[in-house]
Amino acid sequence: MRHVRSISELGRDRILGLLNLADRMAEINSRPVPKVPALRGRTVVSLFYEDSTRTRLSFETAARRLSADTMNFSVSSSSVNKGESLRDTVETITDMGVDAFVVRHKSAGVPWQIAQWTTAAVINAGDGAHQHPTQALLDAYTITRSRNSQDLAGLRVAIVGDIRHSRVARSNVEAFTALGAEVLLVAPPTLLPPVVSHWPVEVVHDFDSVVDSVDVLYMLRLQAERMNQGLVPSLAEYSTHYGLTPRRVARMSVDAQVMHPGPMNRGVEMVVDPAEIRGSLIHRQVTNGVAVRMAVLFDSLAVEPDHSALREEAR
Amino acid sequence: MTIVIKGGSIVGATGVTNADVLIDGDRIVEVGQGLRGDESLDAQGCHVFPGFVDLHTHLREPGREEAETIETGSRAAALGGYTAVVAMPNTNPAQDSVAVVKFVRDQGVRAGLCDVFPSGCITVAREGKVLAPFADLTAVGVRVFTDDGNGVQDPALMRRALEYARTLGVTMAQHCEVQDLTRHAVMDECACSSDLGLPGWPAIAEEMMVSRDIELCRLTGGRLHVLHVSTRGSVELVRQAKRDGLPVTAEVTPHHLALDHELLRSFDPVYKVNPPLRSMEDVLALRQGLVDGTIDAIATDHAPHPPRDKELPLDQAPPGMLGLEYALGVVNSVVDVTPSRLAEVFSINPARIAQIGDRHGAGAVVGAPANLSVVDLAATWRAEDHRSASLSRNVPYRGRSLRGKVRHTILYGRAVVRDGEAMR
Repeated sequence: MRHVRSISELGRDRILGLLNLADRMAEINSRPVPKVPALRGRTVVSLFYEDSTRTRLSFETAARRLSADTMNFSVSSSSVNKGESLRDTVETITDMGVDAFVVRHKSAGVPWQIAQWTTAAVINAGDGAHQHPTQALLDAYTITRSRNSQDLAGLRVAIVGDIRHSRVARSNVEAFTALGAEVLLVAPPTLLPPVVSHWPVEVVHDFDSVVDSVDVLYMLRLQAERMNQGLVPSLAEYSTHYGLTPRRVARMSVDAQVMHPGPMNRGVEMVVDPAEIRGSLIHRQVTNGVAVRMAVLFDSLAVEPDHSALREEAR
Repeated sequence: MTIVIKGGSIVGATGVTNADVLIDGDRIVEVGQGLRGDESLDAQGCHVFPGFVDLHTHLREPGREEAETIETGSRAAALGGYTAVVAMPNTNPAQDSVAVVKFVRDQGVRAGLCDVFPSGCITVAREGKVLAPFADLTAVGVRVFTDDGNGVQDPALMRRALEYARTLGVTMAQHCEVQDLTRHAVMDECACSSDLGLPGWPAIAEEMMVSRDIELCRLTGGRLHVLHVSTRGSVELVRQAKRDGLPVTAEVTPHHLALDHELLRSFDPVYKVNPPLRSMEDVLALRQGLVDGTIDAIATDHAPHPPRDKELPLDQAPPGMLGLEYALGVVNSVVDVTPSRLAEVFSINPARIAQIGDRHGAGAVVGAPANLSVVDLAATWRAEDHRSASLSRNVPYRGRSLRGKVRHTILYGRAVVRDGEAMR
């Protein structure tokens, strides 16, 4: 039983192990019957305090393909509305005999707090602006596998946009650099964390100065409320300076790739139709998400990781 | 009835002398060798301090009696060696009226464990809009005014408050925080908050208000006390104000002297406090300020919260830590100062700032009220082994070894704490 709460907690070796395991899961997903009995009898609870249909569905699909039982704790219709505390909720569900919590919460650190109150594995599906480790794993998986490589050595990856409020950016900086990539953060100063001098990254304010020299452009979603907070003067100005426009796409090198964690803000950070971008990995990110989450669940929950269970079909 | 404190080292502002202390009723009647009384308190190996005075205690009553009451907070104070506390006004209702102030003081008298001096609000309901009735509150004994928890944002209002402070001879104690710079803040703005994705509370938000209020103090001549100084820049501003001869005083909490912002990486809300824990560089500057006299007083900012509030996610949990029972042990463990300096910062200076020097801060002096704290400065103990008298458990010192423990606390001649146990 192992937690997956942050990329730094995993470290390079475990990241590489999970990416290799994801290859086996991808193979399962390509079968006519994409289901194995590997986690039969195990129970996975989705505890989503923040709406995220796509991440929740991705985890639930992953759990079911491994034959785990899934429970979905819906905050809107639960005892939380009757004032139940996070601790009481976690302890109650633990008493039912569950094996893993998949947790999404708007507050940073909640997976660490939950781990104190349960014997189950805690898998972080996004905590505040802190971490989203399975997103980073699926992104690393998507880049490496699209280039038939094991790691990201020698690649120049630019993460563009609202780094300050992005758990995806924090996880990806750790994952990409752990796998050997050179990482650039491209954003106005107001959308960067106050202190990043200790991060192993290069900070760039002028998108145009790097757009032609990167291998991967990772575009982040810009929420409209950032304008109301005065962090950007207007969405139009942001779009002009930091959006992926047809002009910038035309300047990208021929084999450069474009990624986005979704959901996209068309017309803000994505001014082009992603279908028009030859190197778009956006659909592959979603597909790979299921395989990577299967790898994470299997690695966290299999008592003695029995790889033979990945071979047989679920009956 | 007479009590003699036997075999201790008596601490005053100028030095330490070995002597017994004889108390008759509520007064000290003799200091010397080989004294005898009806009753005896053993002070062998201990220092006899003037009873400690806390300028900054949240007793939570009225309004949040689940977290603390005036009785339980007074007991924690006595166990920590305090004979007087200044009760912060962020109660419900707030201490902005004569009725509430009298209620708090009466509850303190009823508990009988330490003197409780209610502070008054600077503005009605601590809302920062309308000045509280300073003259009425001063007439019933209030000497320290603060909106603690909130800084007075409006500079015109703060200017008027300091003008009143000058004419009434009272002190305006400011919680220095420019709120426009700390919206949603959870912790210090630093590398750590950047890693954790938490909104930061930048040092500048404190220093701007310290700077503004020092200038308003210069303009008006009203006495200013800076609550819980937490940054290196604030220490420097206060240092310069004192060089300029302004009537400015400052306090620091035990936790800002001992703990730094790296602890927030655990996401444990027990480390959430306002102002937040800062960098080690700030911690060292605060220690230096305490040693060189820039900072006048240790103040606990004892802020009880029930366990369920400290089990909320970090960004939702209320800020605050317990302090009364731990202050002496924490400060004595992290700052290398003489017993005389400890007496100044724990008692003599805060008693002067609170204008209660007629009752507290004199120490073992013939004729003075017998408010004393007998402390074993060499005793080591662990915070987690101590069962706090507070109703709350938000103690940030778990796992730390503390040096210095209160053995007896004497309030107006009565041993309210004897051998580390509260007597009522």
